[in-house]
Amino acid sequence: MSQVLAGYLYLIAAVLFIVGMKRLQSPATARRGNQIGALGMLLAIIVTLVRYQILNPWVIVAGLVVGGGIGLVLAKTVEMTAMPQLVAAFNGFGGGASALVAAAEFIEKSGSPTFDLRAAITVALTILVGGVTLSGSFVAYAKLQGLVPGRPFGYPGQKVGDALLAIVVVALVVWLIVGGSSLVMWILLALSLLLGIVRVIPIGGADMPVVISFLNAFSGIAAALAGFVIGENALIISGALVGASGLILTNIMVKAMNRTLGHVLFAAFGGDEGAGPAGDEEKPVHSASAEDVAITLGYADSVIVVPGYGLAVAQAQHNLRELADLLEERGVEVRYAIHPVAGRMPGHMNVLLAEADVPYEKLFALDEIEDDFPQTSVALVVGANDVVNPSARDDDSSPIYGMPILNVDLAKHAIVIKRSLSPGFAGIDNPLFYKDNTLMFFSDAKKAMSDIIAAVKEL
Amino acid sequence: MDLLISITVFVLAAYVGFEVITKVPPTLHTPLMSGSNAISGITIIGALVVAGRYGGMAGIILGFLAVSFATINVVGGFMVTDRMLEMFKSKDRS
Repeated sequence: MSQVLAGYLYLIAAVLFIVGMKRLQSPATARRGNQIGALGMLLAIIVTLVRYQILNPWVIVAGLVVGGGIGLVLAKTVEMTAMPQLVAAFNGFGGGASALVAAAEFIEKSGSPTFDLRAAITVALTILVGGVTLSGSFVAYAKLQGLVPGRPFGYPGQKVGDALLAIVVVALVVWLIVGGSSLVMWILLALSLLLGIVRVIPIGGADMPVVISFLNAFSGIAAALAGFVIGENALIISGALVGASGLILTNIMVKAMNRTLGHVLFAAFGGDEGAGPAGDEEKPVHSASAEDVAITLGYADSVIVVPGYGLAVAQAQHNLRELADLLEERGVEVRYAIHPVAGRMPGHMNVLLAEADVPYEKLFALDEIEDDFPQTSVALVVGANDVVNPSARDDDSSPIYGMPILNVDLAKHAIVIKRSLSPGFAGIDNPLFYKDNTLMFFSDAKKAMSDIIAAVKEL
Repeated sequence: MDLLISITVFVLAAYVGFEVITKVPPTLHTPLMSGSNAISGITIIGALVVAGRYGGMAGIILGFLAVSFATINVVGGFMVTDRMLEMFKSKDRS
């Protein structure tokens, strides 16, 4: 196959990626869009195989089979609640692949006349970015999977240590560019992996949506850099697309939490600052039974459900829909308010509700529904905490002050389903729980749902 | 290929990406992330070239690992995105 023909076919693949992403703009066309993207990838792979008349087909086939098998099994078996971990893991593999491509290129080519300054720069940067993506993503995976503590933490001298490590890494990048050996490259790879680990470990679980989208952007940049290495536009274009989408999502997440990227990456949050929710203890709450909740819901005109991660952990999304169906049969209008950081990655809650066949027309984003709460009979909070904390709006001394919240406290009644009064990820108390028109139903989300369903049927 | 051309391509593609992606609704942000993540598995092209081009042992091992890693990302990413998007289809159940 000629260079020119291959170039055109790669261009078609890149266009397919863009068309595919464009179709993600509506749930109705999204699935086809994803398939178009996959088609583009298949085309690019075939072109590559044919074009280079691959010398050692067995190595390639073995890699494709091993990787494809692992990917297939993971994708088929993952629980929807574990989606963020899986995306993080896939992301890590992508970053790792980029770093390995660059490493192999360096080993085979360094010293040869074709290995010019440009190749050296891109190899060094790709190893750095790919390595950080690889280890950072797997730390994010481990945190979300509960393998390492999700709490943010710091240690003495952390800033100095990190800064020193960063300086050493930069020095190694420069050394590699001006003519380092393979040994320098391996050390750079090792320290890049270390950098990813020490950068992500101190970040708390609540900030993981931001970290995952940021690392996603990073893996896109790694792919684009790999494209500079081997001089391939297809990689540069798709890497740029991924980088753009990751940065956009990062920006959305950061705004939804009223923070900055710098805060997320470089300041531990929630661990020690707001640690004292027990301040004036034994504040009275209105504790409710399933029957109380059923009556309040069953005779309401309109209900806005605010689902949180507690719902997802309990796998209660199907029961929630069953309850919503029952209420709708009784003539209650049911809608869902989705905070941008509900769940563990951007839009995660929407996927969980879609899994339970909740029609997407009933899902409303924060800015679409926040003004409707005062006219709503009941706001039903299931396993959510920080995203409905009125302190974010009213208390300028609160660590989450300024974060956009769902105005559950402005509804005529609020019902909060939660296992206990314990503070959420941000580690701060929630005044909503102590309001006169708030009913607290202390239970696991799944058990709560089935109890309420039974009680509504009795009405 | 000239570095300037590469950079031009990168900048234009990033711009197109911003234009297309800012219009994706929040409902689809998770599939968007996992789908775009699968696209970043395009490094499989690089991995294939590297795996195929070199005969040295180091090249073979690194190439094999790179192809495996990238394939996990591509196959897993597209499949899991498809699984998610399948759940969003035709919800006219009432």
